[in-house]
Amino acid sequence: MSKKLIKAFVVSVSVLLLLPSTYACAMHIMEGYLSPGYCVLWGALCVPFLIWGGVSMSRQMKADNMVKLLLALSGAFVFIISSLKIPSVTGSCSHPTGTGLGAILFGAPIMSVLGIIVLVFQALLLAHGGLTTLGANTFSMAIAGPFLSWGLYSLLKKMKAPAAVSVFLAATLGDVFTYTVTSFQLAMCHNDGNFMFALGKFMLVFAPTQLPIAIAEGILSVMIFNIIEKYCNRELKILGVTGERRVSL
Amino acid sequence: MKLWVKNTILAVILVMVVAVPLMFMGGNEFGGTDDAASDIVSEVNAGYETWFDSVWEPPSGEIESLLFCVQAAIGAGAVGFALGRVTSKKNADR
Repeated sequence: MSKKLIKAFVVSVSVLLLLPSTYACAMHIMEGYLSPGYCVLWGALCVPFLIWGGVSMSRQMKADNMVKLLLALSGAFVFIISSLKIPSVTGSCSHPTGTGLGAILFGAPIMSVLGIIVLVFQALLLAHGGLTTLGANTFSMAIAGPFLSWGLYSLLKKMKAPAAVSVFLAATLGDVFTYTVTSFQLAMCHNDGNFMFALGKFMLVFAPTQLPIAIAEGILSVMIFNIIEKYCNRELKILGVTGERRVSL
Repeated sequence: MKLWVKNTILAVILVMVVAVPLMFMGGNEFGGTDDAASDIVSEVNAGYETWFDSVWEPPSGEIESLLFCVQAAIGAGAVGFALGRVTSKKNADR
């Protein structure tokens, strides 16, 4: 039975990781839009986080099957949600990131690995984002956003806020923060000597579009969390999501 | 409140958040924000030229939406599998 479970898990994860994570990030910085110096800078900044994430992931792989299932769930959630381009009140489209839920369950480092997989395939197969801007995009979507979600969730947990509220706020604001970082990255490279002005311009493109979409992501994350909370109480305690103990990374 | 009641309410709100812009902003093009961002790059940094092109681009919008559906389908399948596993009767009884 447990062999079968492992097999099923391996199949589902390899399908998840190997098949092209396709479409369309309306948010990522497009290929060639950052000068080479910044591409290298952001790429270098990502490396330690990716190593941290790899270590954290190999640790989770030794955990029991239910925990692994939740990890597959978190990865698949990023998959679905980052493929959904959603119309917003500004009349343009963008898509959520989906990295908040996984960061809440497993901590932020592991999301850098799950996130970069999505970004690589989108760059290769869909001409969205890009290989040269991979570092910058990884930093915003797979590192900065998840870390904010994770930190905010831990803080709200300490303040004894209801779990659903914490999950909603953490996922929503993590999503918004991703786009804030993207605006920073663009404004640092393209500012014509006036950084604040450029930052404001980029923020104005992203923020009003992203806010309702981030709220949608928050709601969806709460729905999934509600189910997990009901059926995986024990695992959530092991992971330190609810209750006192927080497993070290 | 029961789980399904909670999640049904949330689902209704979710659909409204997504559908309202479509209903009231119907005259817009709903382009992507990445295109809008590259317009701004050419505005604030007029002389900038992209120095690297995408390795491969989907030949048409149809192919792009195919790949996009494939991604969503894989994700949905895996999420369904995982949720089915974790909500199985065995776990509920535990």
